[in-house]
Amino acid sequence: MTLIGWIQIALYCAIVVALVKPLGWYMTRVFSGEKTFLSPILRPVEVVLYKLAGVDDRSEQDWLRYTVSMLLFHVGGFIILYALLRAQGFLPFNPQGMTAVAPDLSFNTAISFITNTNWQNYGGESTLSYLVQMLGLTHQNFLSAATGIVLAVVLIRGFARASTQNLGNFWVDVTRCTLYILLPICIPYALFLVWQGMPQTLGAYLDATTLEGGKQTIAVGPVASQVAIKMLGTNGGGFFNANAAHPFENPTALSNFIQMISIFALGAALTNVFGRMVGNQRQGWAVLAVMGVLFIAGVAVCYWAEASGTTGINALGLTGGNMEGKEVRFGIVTSALFAVITTAASCGAVNAMHDSFTALGGMIPMINMELGEIIVGGVGAGLYGMLIFVIISIFVAGLMVGRTPEYVGKKIESKEVKMAMLAILILPAMYLGFSAIACVLPSAVASIANAGPHGFSEILYLFTSSTANNGSAFGGITGNTFFYNTTGAVAMFVGRFLMIVPAMAIAGALAEKKLVAPSAGTFPTTGGLFVGLVVGVILIVGGLTFFPALALGPIVEHLAMTAGTLY
Amino acid sequence: MLKEIRPAIVLLLLLAVITGLVYPLAVTGIAQALFPKQAAGSLIMRDGKVIGSALIGQSFTSERYFHGRPSATTGTDPADASKTVAQPYNAANSMGSNLGPTNKALIDRVKGDLEKLKAENSSAPVPVDLVTTSGSGLDPDISPDAAYFQIPRVAKARNLPEQAVRQLVERHIEKPFLGIIGEPHVNVLALNLDLDGAAASR
Repeated sequence: MTLIGWIQIALYCAIVVALVKPLGWYMTRVFSGEKTFLSPILRPVEVVLYKLAGVDDRSEQDWLRYTVSMLLFHVGGFIILYALLRAQGFLPFNPQGMTAVAPDLSFNTAISFITNTNWQNYGGESTLSYLVQMLGLTHQNFLSAATGIVLAVVLIRGFARASTQNLGNFWVDVTRCTLYILLPICIPYALFLVWQGMPQTLGAYLDATTLEGGKQTIAVGPVASQVAIKMLGTNGGGFFNANAAHPFENPTALSNFIQMISIFALGAALTNVFGRMVGNQRQGWAVLAVMGVLFIAGVAVCYWAEASGTTGINALGLTGGNMEGKEVRFGIVTSALFAVITTAASCGAVNAMHDSFTALGGMIPMINMELGEIIVGGVGAGLYGMLIFVIISIFVAGLMVGRTPEYVGKKIESKEVKMAMLAILILPAMYLGFSAIACVLPSAVASIANAGPHGFSEILYLFTSSTANNGSAFGGITGNTFFYNTTGAVAMFVGRFLMIVPAMAIAGALAEKKLVAPSAGTFPTTGGLFVGLVVGVILIVGGLTFFPALALGPIVEHLAMTAGTLY
Repeated sequence: MLKEIRPAIVLLLLLAVITGLVYPLAVTGIAQALFPKQAAGSLIMRDGKVIGSALIGQSFTSERYFHGRPSATTGTDPADASKTVAQPYNAANSMGSNLGPTNKALIDRVKGDLEKLKAENSSAPVPVDLVTTSGSGLDPDISPDAAYFQIPRVAKARNLPEQAVRQLVERHIEKPFLGIIGEPHVNVLALNLDLDGAAASR
């Protein structure tokens, strides 16, 4: 580890924190239906969209109608994407003549993108036409991100509103989120990325004759427009197979730094939206502090592990840390930092190959996802995941003192706690259950690329990443098989929607309650004690569920590595 | 609930057009007007022919050139289309090795490369990036140490004084952004192009 490395980490954190208030202010205005500086241009577009769609933007929905609207929207998105993947051979913008994607891979990819997972069983440049990349993937990148954000906003409204069933209008929220927040950031952002060297063309791949006279076919495409929303919307699905490690998908250290900021920007700002809407910004900062503690701890371990390198390589007299699977322009520190960020959020883009990380360095991304990506989180998903843990923590605190727990003026009662537990338990049920099945199926085990405990880690990582809707991978495993395409799709679907529906039910139940005034017995939820309690609950609840699985994978691999064992 | 079906279909299609066609095509248009070179893939031309992209590494094996990092990319076997074979720096199929820290194949590969490099230059420690594959398999860069390490071989093969080659390398070291962000690195293709230019002008 170096001083300059830590300076980069500190600078990163400072910029993310500095963006929280302005973005939070702006997003609060957008979701409260207030005028913004973009309204003169965008309001007319918005009005036309509502008119054509038959939406009355003053009418609101209760939690169930809101959820049904969201689900219908996703069914439609799935159909469009699946159809595009199957039919790409007959459609325009296909200079490389890509043919239909196989049914099981199309199914996996379509589920993957509507759930904001963006698992890559496909290799972008070798499988997909430009039309699928734009109309299929870029489009879903926007919509699944907008959905995540508006669901977090609904849960916030559940806390902020009182004695009502109205939680907002899904169609209005999703339209405003796309038009006022995502698109206005993505356009300049995409142009910045092109300036840094990212291609943005509809032309065919290029044939070059290299300096030594060899042939090199260079894949290009409309990369920048997709990468901008891929990072901002924490989608993470790469234009290219190597994702953000590819020099065209991440040309410079500066583009890398900005990409890292854009992963966290909106998710972190949502904590401020929460604070503003419940009337006390300190509530938001307390939630962000919980995220920050867990994030810094993860970065420290991952950076230390990668900088220390592996026993096998160090024994050969090489120094400089674990550079296998990492790019020179990013080096150890921003590769490790990127890995922690991308899994703390539900992004899943990678600028280095996680499969080649050291055992402990690769364990941190797994822990981040197994906790449910609550550390800042995917746009939206992180906040509602975190608020679910807050509910459990408040419940635990209430048990200690024997009072009905309250949070930001709402009594937390049996229904909320049951729904929160359902949302928390569904994740391990999926990733542990499917991993166990895969381990006893010889055909599934045959997919692993590394022998020994690392092979188990590859399986565990696959289902963890799918369930948590992350999309990063221990990429050595051959995921493009019938078994993994189908089970992975089920894990992604359940991990997304069985988390969302309980969260929406909580929002509905909370909104109907009266606000209670804080009294002397109210547990203060803006101080260090609260932050410590939530961190503790997260680690204990999380640790009890997945520690045994980690012991069989990365932990035993680390011990084997230090003992000099090779597989 | 049936009331929600119309907005589901109409809004989905309209937003698909806006985010999936208007946005990427508009960005394509603006990008090609503002940054035509980058938008097309930062191509490098010599004598009217495309010799590569400034951002994409190439496979170098000649003694006369600086070598990039090992690459794990594969491609279709030209002799048998049903097989995949190692094809370093295949820019149509980016990938890393995905070899884990306790994989014997990784250690064996590194050991093999290490011995070759030690035979080439025994006076300096081997930089780790010269024996490890990159994440993309297309890494255009090597560390400054990895460039310095190869100076004796290149100078000898080209019959140039080591000092002259060293000066060329130093000119090609790109510093971190603002001195903080990223790592110093040397673009191998740019360096080799300059090397050819320097040889031609002698």
